[in-house]
Amino acid sequence: MFRTWRQRVTFSDIMVWIIGLAIGVVVVWGTISTIQSGKYSAESWFDLIVKGLALGGVYALIAMGYTLVYGILRMINFAHSEVFMSGPVTAVFLANALAASGFLNKQPLLSILAIALLSMLVSMTVAILVERIAYRPLRNAPRLVPLITAIGASFFLQYTFRGFYGSGFQAYPTIDALAGSWKIGTVQLYKTQAVVIMAAIVLMFLLYAIVMWSKLGKAMRAVSEDREAAALMGIDADKIIVFTFALGGAAAGIGGILYILLFPIAHFYMGFIPGLKAFTAAVLGGIGNVPGAFLGSMVLGLIESLGPNLFLDGLGIPNASQLKDALAFIILVFILIFRPSGILGERTAQTKA
Amino acid sequence: MQNKYTDWKQALRSGLLGGAIIVLLSLIGIVTAFNKTFIITKVLTFGELLLLGPIIVFSFVAIRKAATKSPGFLLLTGAIAGLASGLVLIALVGVGQLINLRAMFVNASDDLYAIYSYNQTLFFGMILRLAVSGLTGLMTAGFFRLPARIKQALGQALLYIIMMGLMSKLIGTVIASWGFVSLLFEWMFARSGLSIVGAVVIFLLVGGLTYWRYGRPKARLVRDPKKQQLVRWGTLGGLGILILLLPSILGMWFSEILDNVGLFILMGLGLNIVVGFAGLLDLGYVAFYAIGAYTIGVLTSPELGFFNMTFWQAFPFAILVAVAAGILLGLPILKMRGDYLAIVTLGFGEIIRLLALSDWLKPWLGGTQGIQRIAKPVIGIGNFSIQLESQQQLYYLILAGIVIVAFIAIRLRDSRLGRTWMALREDEDVAVAMGINHVATKLTAFAMGAIFSGIGGTIFAAKLGSIYPSSFMFLVSINILSLIIVGGMGSIPGVFVGALALMGLPEVLREFAEYRYLFYGAALVAMMLAKPEGLWPEARHKLELHEAEAPPPQESEPAATSA
Amino acid sequence: MSKRLFVVLSLFVAAAMLLASCGGATSTYTCTDAIGCVTIAPGDPIHIVYALVVAGPNESLGIDSRNGIEIAISDTGGTILDHPVQFDGEDTGCSAEGGQAAGTKLAADPTIVAVIGTNCSSEARVAMPLFSAAGFVVVSPSNTAPDLTEAGNPNNYPGYLRTAHNDKVQGAVAAEFVYNELGLRKAATIHDGSLYAEKLQEVFATHFVELGGTITAQEAVDPAQTDMSSVLTSIAAGGPEIIYFPIFMPAGGFLIRQARNTPGLEAVKLMGADGLFSSDVMEGGGAEIEGFLVSSPLTQGAEYDAFVAKYQEMFGSAPISIFHAHAYDAYMMIKAAIEKVAIVQSDGTVIIPRQALRDAVYATANFDGLTGNLTCTPTGDCADPYIAVYEYHAGQYPPEVIWKP
Repeated sequence: MFRTWRQRVTFSDIMVWIIGLAIGVVVVWGTISTIQSGKYSAESWFDLIVKGLALGGVYALIAMGYTLVYGILRMINFAHSEVFMSGPVTAVFLANALAASGFLNKQPLLSILAIALLSMLVSMTVAILVERIAYRPLRNAPRLVPLITAIGASFFLQYTFRGFYGSGFQAYPTIDALAGSWKIGTVQLYKTQAVVIMAAIVLMFLLYAIVMWSKLGKAMRAVSEDREAAALMGIDADKIIVFTFALGGAAAGIGGILYILLFPIAHFYMGFIPGLKAFTAAVLGGIGNVPGAFLGSMVLGLIESLGPNLFLDGLGIPNASQLKDALAFIILVFILIFRPSGILGERTAQTKA
Repeated sequence: MQNKYTDWKQALRSGLLGGAIIVLLSLIGIVTAFNKTFIITKVLTFGELLLLGPIIVFSFVAIRKAATKSPGFLLLTGAIAGLASGLVLIALVGVGQLINLRAMFVNASDDLYAIYSYNQTLFFGMILRLAVSGLTGLMTAGFFRLPARIKQALGQALLYIIMMGLMSKLIGTVIASWGFVSLLFEWMFARSGLSIVGAVVIFLLVGGLTYWRYGRPKARLVRDPKKQQLVRWGTLGGLGILILLLPSILGMWFSEILDNVGLFILMGLGLNIVVGFAGLLDLGYVAFYAIGAYTIGVLTSPELGFFNMTFWQAFPFAILVAVAAGILLGLPILKMRGDYLAIVTLGFGEIIRLLALSDWLKPWLGGTQGIQRIAKPVIGIGNFSIQLESQQQLYYLILAGIVIVAFIAIRLRDSRLGRTWMALREDEDVAVAMGINHVATKLTAFAMGAIFSGIGGTIFAAKLGSIYPSSFMFLVSINILSLIIVGGMGSIPGVFVGALALMGLPEVLREFAEYRYLFYGAALVAMMLAKPEGLWPEARHKLELHEAEAPPPQESEPAATSA
Repeated sequence: MSKRLFVVLSLFVAAAMLLASCGGATSTYTCTDAIGCVTIAPGDPIHIVYALVVAGPNESLGIDSRNGIEIAISDTGGTILDHPVQFDGEDTGCSAEGGQAAGTKLAADPTIVAVIGTNCSSEARVAMPLFSAAGFVVVSPSNTAPDLTEAGNPNNYPGYLRTAHNDKVQGAVAAEFVYNELGLRKAATIHDGSLYAEKLQEVFATHFVELGGTITAQEAVDPAQTDMSSVLTSIAAGGPEIIYFPIFMPAGGFLIRQARNTPGLEAVKLMGADGLFSSDVMEGGGAEIEGFLVSSPLTQGAEYDAFVAKYQEMFGSAPISIFHAHAYDAYMMIKAAIEKVAIVQSDGTVIIPRQALRDAVYATANFDGLTGNLTCTPTGDCADPYIAVYEYHAGQYPPEVIWKP
């Protein structure tokens, strides 16, 4: 702090800023030229924003699993995408049975709750099993070792569920109550998206409340702060870790059902991409941080949805939406250049990870 | 008898768990799929082994945990565990008869029930299954009671039979290329699995040898230290010659596996510098692999027709581009740590792949349709030149690459630069405070890693002759990372062992067709649980993990001369 | 080496030699075929393999084809010329490197008579040189890239045939249908980064423009992508009357569902190709499937219905893509050709001359298959060019045929 800025700013810093600036300029330039071209109507923008927020809401619920586990164990739970997948691919059978009996459209709310509950239970069980078998024996191993067992568990789970239900695609039945849209002025608000956004916000708040104010949540934060000290205070760390996995799994299971409301086809490979995105979102928001996961997810959802059309279209890049994920990662780099520990980054980035 | 009662419960629990695992395997479909894959032809199928294996394992666990070791008690424990497993299977079949399980679990088919009941009527068959399960548990207990020497001999013999039976096809492919010699072994293998004679021979041979060697100290052939040195050099030389001859001994198919393993060793050595030495978690290592491959593709392919260079003309450019990319990636992440770094590198890998795939860059990079007709390397001059085309020829190029890269990696590790990397890995703040330039250190790590990966990419492109963006998925990065950790982080021999285990394994597991990733995943978990420090750990890391049990560390490396 | 070990080993080798000398039947037939023969002793199986993608994200393609072959084998009693059929194979992973690994392994096995595969054209380009050199006859159920059967193209190898439709055929039929039958003039296309989809939409676009139509956009999605909003919004800006997306599930299902919910695309027509012909699509498309068009071979009638019923019974689910029928036909064609050229000896030994087998498969004409009437061209295109257009209706499978050439 006592050095002048001349000493603190090095050549590499300048290079990094140039890279960041270049990304910024391209994005702004692309945005301006897209808007000037007037190719897209206001309705389209509204539609994209709503869809982006809905997607972000789902990412947020999955990201919870990453962020909670990271907070406690400082590890990336790569098997979480399979935890997420296991719920919806199982619950589809209940959903189809309900649809066949006609109950689904008679009692849509009750049915969705039942489906979500089943999905949650399955995901939770898988999360707990993974922790028990693949992580717990490695509690004191080097940091990257559980990463590899996570990858192994991820393969195993994918092909287990493939073996159970076959490699076909299982479609969820249509829920009449959620079909269609509300017309607000000139824009259409689709019921599914609205429900997903609201549900995601409510659930995120609930999770936040559990983490912040419940007894278990407090114990969880204590363990994440300092496991030994927490143990001295009489907190059973193993129990709390299981609880963390269960909570993350449950969030992923419910998130899976919200995801299915948006994209109603289940498949054993469906977890990989959302899992990766949610992990990205968790990092973007500052990993280990619950509101950060929410914010990061929303930002990522919006970038994915709006990005290609808003930033790239105006630059004359053909087929811009093919680069949607590339764009998301570039923006991630852009944000991390200026905030190296995420939007709401916390101390974990400063301590040695 | 409180004790007796609790053990009874323990046996039941183990048996039920074993049964649950059998049901899991059945519902995944492995049992049905491998019902026609014989381990010993016409005697034992792999499917049946999967039905009996868990019973053996779990009744063994129950017996091991048993409080009393009296023979009668142990036999009872084993039988109870076996019967419990059998009951779980009966329960599954029962449920399957009541409701149509297949609407959910595609593998809960009548075929499965038929396998369970040995193709008998369901009622009689299931009683038979129960009896066999109980008997298996009983026999496990009996086995446990055997004298250690016989136990070991028997166990080894059975293990070998199962291994040889499972890999009989693979062994067959190798032997088939040996011409006359193949006749010597033909009688040991049937169309599927070992022949009965083969199984008996292996049983006698392995069992006999183990029995005979039991308890004998390993005899040293040469006691004279001078001669020992000679023997060591001889072994090394022999090994070297063997490595040179491998492609011709093992044939085309194994050369393909060796090539793939070799490519991953090359890249593993590079990533080992970034992750193992410098401690920078890079999840996008595939990017440089892609960059190497694409540079060669763009520069040599006559289909795109920009440059039409030869492989060797394009090679230096590929390395240059890889280094440039390494530095470009290195710059923005200098300030990031741990998992932030991981996600940005992951993103970098994806960005490169998506750019290669994009319609935007299609005129230059071929887009979806990839690049074809990539030049193969030619070595030699004039009339004595040879184009390396087949996997057997490319093996030597890869081998040469590995030798050079491994040499560089070893020299770097022991150099001043290597020690700065490790200082950075251990504690970045302290390292910087000690005057290490963390910018240059990190960037050189990235650049070195990029070069090695780029070389891997160029050979990959030449080997396939055509490249597609789909070859450069995130999974490749994960595989390379896995192999260096499975091998032992920061350990150079570990990279070799890890690559053999992880890249060789899926190829060997091809026998399991669509289930090979399932076995691969399970093997990955099992390997890390068994040896968290890796298969061939770096001495320093091993000490860290086993600090409590290890004797005071002995300095095996020469003491550092500079700060 | 210790003495005892040496004794054991030499006994082992002696026993081996003794046993080896006992076996080995002598054949009276001398093979005159240009690329060799496969001799199958009495009781030994005829070895036919698959090289399909049966593991990984694209596996539904290969598993479906493999199921088709297994049904064909079961339909013919599991035998060819009274020899049992040994059917196994390798996963190709739908990638060039997977194709090379599988190809190398299979090419090393001299007992193989024929290969059914590959699924993806990228695999074929790498694996075909190996198969071709090994003397196999290869019939692909789902390669569609034009270069593989183009005379004079280096990627056209001897011994390669396919029962799938060349992109050139299907893309052109789709374009003509849209232009002439539907009378639409503005189209957009979407591909998923697979060689199949990219080529097919390109042929469609070229042909459509030649006919006089306009292509408003040529976009792309990722096969694992679920949120299609940005690509659809971008397409909507061009105001097309029809979107042609010859891709696969699940991306195809998501496009069907989301297209109607995109401002500006409420009334657009949607059309896919044979990759989107399966009951999964019907279920995955939900209510929005109504009116979705696909081009596909004419696979209707009692024969196909019986096939689907058998599929359900054997594998516990409805067919998961369309290429099972092509694979079924591929097996049947190979079987017919083997029966035509094989030399059966009095003791039951079967000798299959490889070049003659290839010639016989190439000479297949008017073969009555599930996918129509198959006649192979000299470069290996066997599919019936008779492509129909189907229209999906919610809850109805198979879809309705609305146009036949």
